Amino acid sequence: LGGPENYESGSATNYITRNKARKKLQLSLADFRRLCILKGIYPHEPKHKKKVNKGSTAPRTFYLLKDIRFLMHEPIVGKFREYKIFVRKLRKAYGKAEWTSVGRLKENKPSYKLDHVIKERYPSFVDALRDLDDALSMCFLFSTFARTGKCHVQTIQLCRRLTVEWMNYIVTSRSLRKVFLSIKGIYYQAEVLGQTVTWLVPYQFAHDHPTDVDYRVMATFTEMYTTLFGFVNFRLYQTLNLVYPPKLDCRSEVDLKGEFEEDYAMDSESYLEKLSALSASLARVLNTAEEEEAQIDQFPVEGVDLEQMEAREREQKDQDAHKRLFEDLKFFLNREVPRESLAFVLRCFGAQVSWDKSHCIGSTYDVTDETITHHIVDRPSVDKQYINRYYVQPQWVYDSINCKMLLPVEDYFLGVNLPPHLSPFVEEKDGDYVPPEKLKLMALQRGEKPVAEQEEEEEEEEEEEEDDEEEEEEMDEEEMKEEESLKTIEKQRAQNKVSSVKVTPGKMKTENKVRMEQEEKAEEKRLAIMMMKKKEKYLYDKIMFGKKRTVREANKLAAKRKAHDEASKGEKRKKKTKQ
Amino acid sequence: MMVLWRVVRLPRNGGGVAGRWFFFFFFLPHPPPPSRRLRSPSQHAPAQRSRPAGLNPCAGLNKSSGGGEAASACERWQPDALAQMGWQGEMTSDCDIRNTVGNIPMEWYQDYPHVGYDLDGKKIFKPIRNKDELDEFLDKMDNPDYWRTVRDKMTGADVRLSDEQVDLVHRLQRGQFGDINFKEYEPYIDFFSSETMIHPVTNRPQDKRSFIPSLIEKQKVGKLVHAIKMGWIKPRKPRDTTPQYYDLWAQEDPNAILGRHKMHVPAPKMRLPGHEESYNPPPEYLLSEEEKLAWEQQDPEDRKLSFLPQRFSCLRAVPAFSRFIHERFERCLDLYLCPRQRKMRVNVNPEDLIPKMPKPKDLQPFPTTQSLVYRGHTSLVRSISVSPTGQWLVSGSDDGTVRFWEIGTGRCMKTVDVGGAVKSVAWNPNPSICLVAVAFNESVVLLNPALGDRLVVSATDQLVSSYEEPEEAREQPVQWAAPAGKEHDAGHRLHLAHPKAVRQVTWHSKGDYLACVTPDGGSHQQVLIHQVSKRRTQNPFRRSKGLVQCVSFHPTRPFFFVATQRHVRVYNLIKQELSKKLQANCKWISSMAVHPGGDNVICGSYDCRLTWFDLDLATKPYKVLRHHKKALRGVAYHKHYPLFASGSDDGSVIVCHGMVYNDLLQNPLIVPVKVLKGHAITHDLGVLDVTFHPSQPWVFSSGADGTVRLFT
Repeated sequence: LGGPENYESGSATNYITRNKARKKLQLSLADFRRLCILKGIYPHEPKHKKKVNKGSTAPRTFYLLKDIRFLMHEPIVGKFREYKIFVRKLRKAYGKAEWTSVGRLKENKPSYKLDHVIKERYPSFVDALRDLDDALSMCFLFSTFARTGKCHVQTIQLCRRLTVEWMNYIVTSRSLRKVFLSIKGIYYQAEVLGQTVTWLVPYQFAHDHPTDVDYRVMATFTEMYTTLFGFVNFRLYQTLNLVYPPKLDCRSEVDLKGEFEEDYAMDSESYLEKLSALSASLARVLNTAEEEEAQIDQFPVEGVDLEQMEAREREQKDQDAHKRLFEDLKFFLNREVPRESLAFVLRCFGAQVSWDKSHCIGSTYDVTDETITHHIVDRPSVDKQYINRYYVQPQWVYDSINCKMLLPVEDYFLGVNLPPHLSPFVEEKDGDYVPPEKLKLMALQRGEKPVAEQEEEEEEEEEEEEDDEEEEEEMDEEEMKEEESLKTIEKQRAQNKVSSVKVTPGKMKTENKVRMEQEEKAEEKRLAIMMMKKKEKYLYDKIMFGKKRTVREANKLAAKRKAHDEASKGEKRKKKTKQ
Repeated sequence: MMVLWRVVRLPRNGGGVAGRWFFFFFFLPHPPPPSRRLRSPSQHAPAQRSRPAGLNPCAGLNKSSGGGEAASACERWQPDALAQMGWQGEMTSDCDIRNTVGNIPMEWYQDYPHVGYDLDGKKIFKPIRNKDELDEFLDKMDNPDYWRTVRDKMTGADVRLSDEQVDLVHRLQRGQFGDINFKEYEPYIDFFSSETMIHPVTNRPQDKRSFIPSLIEKQKVGKLVHAIKMGWIKPRKPRDTTPQYYDLWAQEDPNAILGRHKMHVPAPKMRLPGHEESYNPPPEYLLSEEEKLAWEQQDPEDRKLSFLPQRFSCLRAVPAFSRFIHERFERCLDLYLCPRQRKMRVNVNPEDLIPKMPKPKDLQPFPTTQSLVYRGHTSLVRSISVSPTGQWLVSGSDDGTVRFWEIGTGRCMKTVDVGGAVKSVAWNPNPSICLVAVAFNESVVLLNPALGDRLVVSATDQLVSSYEEPEEAREQPVQWAAPAGKEHDAGHRLHLAHPKAVRQVTWHSKGDYLACVTPDGGSHQQVLIHQVSKRRTQNPFRRSKGLVQCVSFHPTRPFFFVATQRHVRVYNLIKQELSKKLQANCKWISSMAVHPGGDNVICGSYDCRLTWFDLDLATKPYKVLRHHKKALRGVAYHKHYPLFASGSDDGSVIVCHGMVYNDLLQNPLIVPVKVLKGHAITHDLGVLDVTFHPSQPWVFSSGADGTVRLFT
């Protein structure tokens, strides 16, 4: 009786249901969940569910048996059990009001470390970097939580510390590449040791804590992420020869020493805040190590495609230029702009930043400084304006970074209707819809000069006229001829009203050769498609359906844009006529 | 009768702190309470006892009223207050009219002349009150002490407050202590301070137990020692000295695989945001009103965007995203709850999927354009047939007529009204015979259209009329009759009356045999083969094998094809046996055609399929083509050219190149070459029959729109 119905071999033995796994590990569901989160174990979808489910079709989650066996050797499982016992003892001691034993038990509270788990999950540092996205987003979210009962205060503080360290690293290594202001928050993308890391930071508001979210799950994830994040930070600081935990440069430390610092906050707190101000550079292990410029060594390799080398070099140059985008510029942030984000972003590209002294710790110069080049304001007007600086809206900074060049400031002056903020993460393939603003930016990048707006308008009008003309021209010659013939007939009729049967000369049907060819080809294709095999036809239909859908969507967007442009143009004209 | 707890404090000389309390038990009659008559004594007795002493300033008033002579019952509860008042209470029994009723609501005595009892148990009568309002007013005006006169509730007497009492009231009103002499801000003397004093606070000698070791402590220590010994209490753990963070990847093993196993699937990253997520997106990405409505009505799982794109004029105006924590949480759930699976994405160029076919141009000739339309029928044309010479076309329609057309001109040469919807027409393939078989209702008529060569026409007539009755008449399933007179003039030569409705007629290539199909499920007489020259009818099958759809003769060899719903059976007519059974892989065969070579058969079916059988290859179809969108009604092979055509309800005729090679190893080549359209779809019916011209690469089609069309 070794039939397949016994489910004693094959895929039935490779999988295990969640409940069975839990029983095997002798853990409660919550502990099992925590273990799975910490160890990164996830369910698997077997190919033949019914076989694995031993003939039943009930919906179940399956884990790989190997995974569960792997979990059995985990020392944390033992710690979970110890903790369970500890809680039981503590409850008993409380119940008996034995305060000494309560104290003693608390002193010996079992705790576990996740170092080995991190090392196991990410055997190499690059692996850890690759998986840093979620860790970053989570820590940034937790660092913005209020110190309410949603999670431990220590966790929030740790998250804040780690995120500040991370931002400082990004500033010092100048590895930020893209920023995007979305309605959800601010997306940042950095290139750290060759890995692109993207994270999302919520806007600075108090959170409306939802009730249908299990914070225990989030807290477990954060526990794991903070451990990972700390180790990553340590390593990253090491690579830059920076002191970890980060310390301010002695020079800047002196600079930042405020007059009334003692009143401000406790020393440890103010230090973290000074770090989070991001306005000063960090201390290095070796003070002499100024950044050396890494030159690409030229290796004479046989059969090298020189073009590739050149392209790489050019790319490197572009990147260097991008890193120094805001160098030699001095910024001042007004108090209504998001200070942390802007300070972080600007410092990443080499700018000097300051803000009002009463706004935040760590300001380095005043509003009155004459050397300020850009003043970032997010209100319709400013009372006192200095002549020798630009007053721009914050979007200018972000757009310039994404565009990898300093955009003309005119579009971003105070009270000006801002141009749309585009996502730098979208890479259009041919056939996709590209918004006209993006085309304009691309033209700017290529070095084409932007045309002044008024001229543009005029041009547009001219263009329209031209278009009309063209359209007229385009009117088919045939039609013209027809019209002519009609006219002659009408004339004749007018001349002698008596209708007479007449033979009009027949027209040659001109054959459009190109069109004929195209049609022929299309028909050939149609006929060939008819002969496709069923399987391939299905696949082909699916691909073509997807293609058509993208085209349809692109067309829809284009049509919407056109309608919008026309509507706005009409409004403009109306205004003009009114004036 | 009620039990009353009376508590009386007898003042001692000196008015010391410690007093004595005496308890007297009295039994005195009380008037019943107005509302609660059955009130038990114990209910108000404890209230008396628990009354706090010395806190009721009113009590003090009562006490000292009348310089201590007129003490009320109240004073009994306020010993301290009395003491503080400095009341030197000589209790004179004669003037003591203290009420003994206790702390009861005095309303109970409202309707009685007395207000209670004195110490001797005698009634205290209410003082006579005969003052009316006016007297009261006058008293108020005249009496200088009116303001300090208070009515004693317990006795009902008016009491004038003394100066001290008024003072006391004022002090209490100001929130001061009742006792004038009490100093609240006196410096505090700290007796039990931290400083050791020379003298003990008390003179008590030290206890013995302070010199000998404590037994209890010994017990406790013993317990702890035992617990440590047994391992129940663990000593404090040493502090972990390793730093929180260190270089974890100091010894990195580049070859280390993940601790788990090789099947690890890394979690996919979050999707990066597009333009529509911007706080200030281009206007085309904002949703219009209808789109917004549609978005709101969709289920959250079905939405393409999880948020509504919005535009804010400046960064300052952007609010917090309300679903931020939700989204993060969902990501967490995805990470640890979602089953992961590696999915292979096919990355093919769709052009590569299209099979490489020979160009239709190279496969010419084939019909490409519609060149003639034969109009005349008023109803759908079910069947058409071309004369073997290629000059004439016959069509049978549901309007009950058979029309003969000249192919080249499109002229209708002749119309024969047969008086019934014509199901099938077939021109005799023998060029030396001019006969057309027409099937309608239950009969088949052989017509001589008298078109073309007169010699042939007359020869045909002669052939039909030369029949001689056999000597012994055999019983036949079909009645043969030779019409005369009018019908003969109209062209009718022979009538074959069948027992059931005839659906199809088809000739053998020699032109002598004629097969008819009378479809009927249970009957064994579904196929009949007639021999015209001998006017004989055979029923080749003894048993029915299903509903026969159509039949066909093999062009050269004595084989007979019978198509039932799902199968095509090939019978050997000489051996009288089933030689092959082809499985059509379709639901319902509608039509069938045999290749002139005889080794290939095509079948059209109502489920849009055209199946090509290679009889040498297998009984399964060599190819199934699903070109048509709707049911196929007719299929046909060309006699000479490698072409075949199929007509369908979608109104199109598809002409395919179907090359059959003499080499047995080479499979037939099938290439669709042209889709011909022209027929209008009426009543969901398009093309009903197709047939090729015998010599030219032309195809005829008849349609439900009452036309016959020629494509060349």
